Amino acid sequence: VFSIKSYSALNLYSCSLKNEDLKEMLESNKESLKLEAMKRIVGLIAKGKNASELFPAVVKNVASKNIELKKLVYVYLVRYAEEQQDLALLSISTFQRALKDPNQLIRASALRVLSSIRVPIIVPIMMLAIKEAATDLSPYVRKTAAHAIQKLYSLDPEQKEHLIEVIDKLLKDKSTLVAGSVVMAFEEVCPDRIDLIHKNYRKLCNLLVDVEEWGQVVIITMLTRYARTQFLSPWREDALFDENSEKAFYDSDVEKEKADSKPYMMDPDHRLLLRNTKPLLQSRNTAVVMAVAQLYWHLAPKQEVSIVTKSLVRLLRSHREVQYIVLQNIATMSIQRKGMFEPFLKSFYVRSTDATHIKTLKLEILTNLATEANISTILREFQTYVKSQDKQFAATTIQAIGRCATNISEITDTCLNGLVLLLSNRDETVVAECVVVIKKLLQTQPSQHSDIIKHMAKLLDNITVPMARASILWLIGEYCERVPKIAPDVLRKVAKSFTSEEDIVKLQTLNLAAKLYLTNSKQTKLLTQYILNLGKYDQNYDIRDRTRFLRQLIVPNEKSGALSKYAKRILLASKPAPVLESAFKDRDRFQLGTLSHTLNAKASGYLELSDWPTVAPDQSVRNVEVMEPQSLERQPSTRGSDLFAYHLLVLLCSDSDDAKEKKRPKPKLDSVSSHSKASSSSDNTASSGSESEEDTDSDSEPEQKKKKKLRTALCEFQAAPSIRVSSPVFVPPKSHELLHRMSGKGLAVSYHFPRQPCAYSHRMVSVQLTLTNGRDQPLEDICVGEAGPPGIAIHRFATIERLQPEASITVSMGIDFNDSTQAANFQLCTKTDQFSVSIQPAVGELLMPVTMTEQDFLKEQGQLTGMNESSVTITIAPDSMSSQPVGRKVVSVANMGVVPSSQNSIHRFAAKTVSSGSLVLSSVVLQEASTAKLVVNTEKTVLGSVLLRELKTALSQG
Amino acid sequence: MIHSLFLVNSSGDIFLEKHWKSVVSRSVCDYFFEAQERASEPENVPPVIPTPHHYLISVLRHRIYFVAVIQSEVPPLFVIEFLHRVVDTFQDYFGVCTEAAIKDNVVVVYELLEEMLDNGFPLATESNILKELIKPPTILRTVVNTITGSTNVGEQLPTGQLSVVPWRRTGVKYTNNEAYFDVVEEIDAIIDKSGSTITAEIQGVIDACVKLSGMPDLTLSFMNPRLLDDVSFHPCVRFKRWEAERILSFIPPDGNFRLLSYHVSSQNLVAIPVYVKHNITFREGSSQGRFELTLGPKQTMGKAVESVLVSSQLPRGVLNVNLNPSQGTYTFDPVTKLLSWDVGKINPQKLPSLKGSMSLQAGASKPDENPTINIQFKIQQMAISGLKVNRLDMYGEKYKPFKGIKYMTKAGKFQVRT
Repeated sequence: VFSIKSYSALNLYSCSLKNEDLKEMLESNKESLKLEAMKRIVGLIAKGKNASELFPAVVKNVASKNIELKKLVYVYLVRYAEEQQDLALLSISTFQRALKDPNQLIRASALRVLSSIRVPIIVPIMMLAIKEAATDLSPYVRKTAAHAIQKLYSLDPEQKEHLIEVIDKLLKDKSTLVAGSVVMAFEEVCPDRIDLIHKNYRKLCNLLVDVEEWGQVVIITMLTRYARTQFLSPWREDALFDENSEKAFYDSDVEKEKADSKPYMMDPDHRLLLRNTKPLLQSRNTAVVMAVAQLYWHLAPKQEVSIVTKSLVRLLRSHREVQYIVLQNIATMSIQRKGMFEPFLKSFYVRSTDATHIKTLKLEILTNLATEANISTILREFQTYVKSQDKQFAATTIQAIGRCATNISEITDTCLNGLVLLLSNRDETVVAECVVVIKKLLQTQPSQHSDIIKHMAKLLDNITVPMARASILWLIGEYCERVPKIAPDVLRKVAKSFTSEEDIVKLQTLNLAAKLYLTNSKQTKLLTQYILNLGKYDQNYDIRDRTRFLRQLIVPNEKSGALSKYAKRILLASKPAPVLESAFKDRDRFQLGTLSHTLNAKASGYLELSDWPTVAPDQSVRNVEVMEPQSLERQPSTRGSDLFAYHLLVLLCSDSDDAKEKKRPKPKLDSVSSHSKASSSSDNTASSGSESEEDTDSDSEPEQKKKKKLRTALCEFQAAPSIRVSSPVFVPPKSHELLHRMSGKGLAVSYHFPRQPCAYSHRMVSVQLTLTNGRDQPLEDICVGEAGPPGIAIHRFATIERLQPEASITVSMGIDFNDSTQAANFQLCTKTDQFSVSIQPAVGELLMPVTMTEQDFLKEQGQLTGMNESSVTITIAPDSMSSQPVGRKVVSVANMGVVPSSQNSIHRFAAKTVSSGSLVLSSVVLQEASTAKLVVNTEKTVLGSVLLRELKTALSQG
Repeated sequence: MIHSLFLVNSSGDIFLEKHWKSVVSRSVCDYFFEAQERASEPENVPPVIPTPHHYLISVLRHRIYFVAVIQSEVPPLFVIEFLHRVVDTFQDYFGVCTEAAIKDNVVVVYELLEEMLDNGFPLATESNILKELIKPPTILRTVVNTITGSTNVGEQLPTGQLSVVPWRRTGVKYTNNEAYFDVVEEIDAIIDKSGSTITAEIQGVIDACVKLSGMPDLTLSFMNPRLLDDVSFHPCVRFKRWEAERILSFIPPDGNFRLLSYHVSSQNLVAIPVYVKHNITFREGSSQGRFELTLGPKQTMGKAVESVLVSSQLPRGVLNVNLNPSQGTYTFDPVTKLLSWDVGKINPQKLPSLKGSMSLQAGASKPDENPTINIQFKIQQMAISGLKVNRLDMYGEKYKPFKGIKYMTKAGKFQVRT
């Protein structure tokens, strides 16, 4: 019933329905009902409603087959596990099982959920899972492991040491998928362990372009910190923060060079970082651009920093919030380096539609950028702003004008006149702000401006803003000797309104009275006393205090001490002019782009940027001894182009066998050497392919070309476009006896299939013979004699002239078995004897592994049906139910390549017969109750059925 | 990194919450509401707000605040960029990003948020990957799902995440293979009272809609790439080739995406396609003001200027207006004092004008500033900078795709001071 109704309709009355219904639905055996229930529960969670009582009913569905249901259960579990710890434990075993799943995505998602369950009791399980996942073959699982590290650390900080070990291991990872996540874990768990970075520094720099954008931000931020501890300052000390005047900059350079005979040489690693981050300025991600900009700001030589300007200005086109952060950072930068942003002055012009905080920041930057050359342009622009309807903004503009006026002395008069004109403005906030700014300006050069002071005195009648009134009173008091006629009159006016004034105005009235009393007591004695009396009984104790103090100071009586003698000097001392500074003056103590910089306060978890070291630290710590050749994913130049590498990568990832390092050596090394050859050739095609696109006919496709080249690189195997011969996944070390020591009269021979392309002919299987002389005298002239049967061709090994006693020698030969398991018979001859021997190949050795996509596999399989398909349902050994054993067993029996599979229960393998190059496909579909369906598709039906039999035997064994 | 996310609507209700680590009580949003109250306009809420234990970083889009809760130092742009990506994803999935759409699709929203962040760190933000994981809801699918009980969650696990082409899903198939590119340029300008240009810049983007099967490898070249001064790319573009040859070479994501954003070098003089003649006056002591506005085309290379919309924030003192448009319609909101005039197409023979009077509050003094005029317009089939695409080639697949390129010029932030 429920399933028919749409979810949103249900949502409406979900509140009225009791959770009981949900419980029932969850316990029903209809999947759709369960799903409906989970959807409603997620709706409750999203609204912030409590759904924790459903925990037991929900947790039962954790192993559901329905992916969406399962995902929703995960959402629920992660949300409530902390509150329902005991019940949450019920789900753990499901995840533990999934951690062993053949499908990497399932392993990853199991780890992701397991590590998100914040239940302290499972810490050891999590630790184990993380350690295992960190060595997983799939980079995606390793990435998830890196994320899990932070989760475990926040759950149990005691695990720190163990986690650092895992971080150390993952930092060595060469996958671009992992890099960002592990650096994030590093920053969170052990940001002080700079030593872990040394060996990985160059790799991180080189990987950077190919890492996903979020990882880039984290890595760049970390590397900025790293570089500040490891490299010498590229900044000349005496030019450190002052290059507003270019001349001084170069002059000091010359001096510096004279003084310091050793010129500064930038560490190549330092240069590497700068070079590799520069392209990221073109990222579409604003956070990446900002990260690079701050890196250049903190690390680059001064003359290089300006390359970030254009990109930062570009970000101003982005959303309001992005503008806000970027403008803040530009404000800090522009204080120290006007030159960087001066050409972009107009980008900071204010639009009437900007938000207030954006306007304020733009104004700040325009003020910082003001120079003698551009001030007239800026002032003209400011005049427009002053008239803005946003009066608060107009007031801020007036402050900005004041700052320009003090900074550039040439324009002080112009500004002052302009501001005086504004005093007649109708808006009070504007006028008040003007008064305050004029007061500050006049303080710098009071001598010439008694007119302005008179003007201001007149304004007092109209202005009501307390700050402005107070400023006028202070101004008149301070310069009362310049306006001797007006000052007493002003005092008279404020005396009248004293009781109704704001506190700040009252204080300045007292101040004015005291000053006038000292300079002009004849006219103001009575007024002052009147005001002092009013102040004495004021409600505010500050005013009462001030009154008492001033009275003692200025009115001489017998009790007054020595101070009153100096009253005039105390009150009328010349005062230094206030300095009008940018609010961003000291922001540069924080690393740019950080939250702390935005807040202008240290945020929790902020990591200080250290000063440059005075002595260069050891550069060799970053040397990496052995460069492993298998850096497949890492090709910054051909970003996104290298599909070939991708396929190999998949092959390696799904290589089910060598989860353990120690099993790797042999097959790995082989595959690696051919990979590096192939990848370098594909590298060429990636770059040359693009060039050749123009000079050849237009249908030619780089992708195919790449493959063509690749094929030539790999012994020219015939292959369909999307099917490529790959290196063996696994080479069984097992060798077979060819000739026993007893029957060979002391000569013992064993053979082994190295699963390598045969050097003599591509139709031949290569076989390695190991001959050992068990006699006490040397054997001479060992060679291959007659061979048969007729269909089988043999490439003989070169005659061994002499084999010393107890010595052994390995030779290789090629045999074309003609795709049959018929034995190859031949004679082994020595100088004296002849022995008939035969090599019977296992069917699996007649194959060459190939790699192809899943789609191609299915397509090919579709064409090889009917007669060409043989299948059998087998009972599989219980331990083979996961992918690792299945894959291992198949590849140990047959030399096949692993085809990536999107389903975890299906394993696919592909190969070609060596002799005729026919395709051989095999798939294992795991079913319930430890059965599996085994299918082999090939044109070579005989070979197919033999292979089927062998695989069956192998898979059913425990 | 990102601890929790709260979605707040314009009336200040939290209508969705999601936590990636321990649950943070929604009372943390009280600090946000305080800031919201202090701000005069919705846009004036500061994007970063510190509270005693957390930091709130928010973005405002479609009148919804996306408030992220942060506990420790993180680059603020990182969070802001991510939140915008979330909004873009919602828009992509639901067509619109409104409170109603989010509430209707709360399960999909939750599934998306779950995939986009792991432990507060971005995991999958590429739309191609997400769409493989969670299929966007369509009316048809909703109906089918409710009847058959099938789901929106992809049955197959995506492979894109694992590849070196993470932005493109695999196994793409179309019967009609087509690739469309829109070159859209915006003019940002401030024009002063006398009609002279104070500042003018051209910013452009190339938006693509690519529906091609398989793994196509595209190259796009320009006739005059030197025009492009500063560029930013979709991650699929090979930077090295751009640097060396000024060619865009890329394996495109499937569907819609922004290939390139650019800025046209400032040396080139920007052609301003419209001019405004205005006469807006207030007289001291009078309760009437005059309002006259005439628009005309200029430097349009013979193309028509369309979809013209003029808006202006009149001074507070204006009570009402009585205007007469020669074409189009105008509206005036007496509360917000916003005048907007929907002009439509400019006919060069008969220039559109808006003339009449404004009535002012009696006794109020003359406003000391004239209003700024914002203009929007569109010009089809022209990129004002003169940028031209030379050719588009496809490699890697055999079929012949249908290719199309469209040019358009729009007004960005185009203001006229009066």
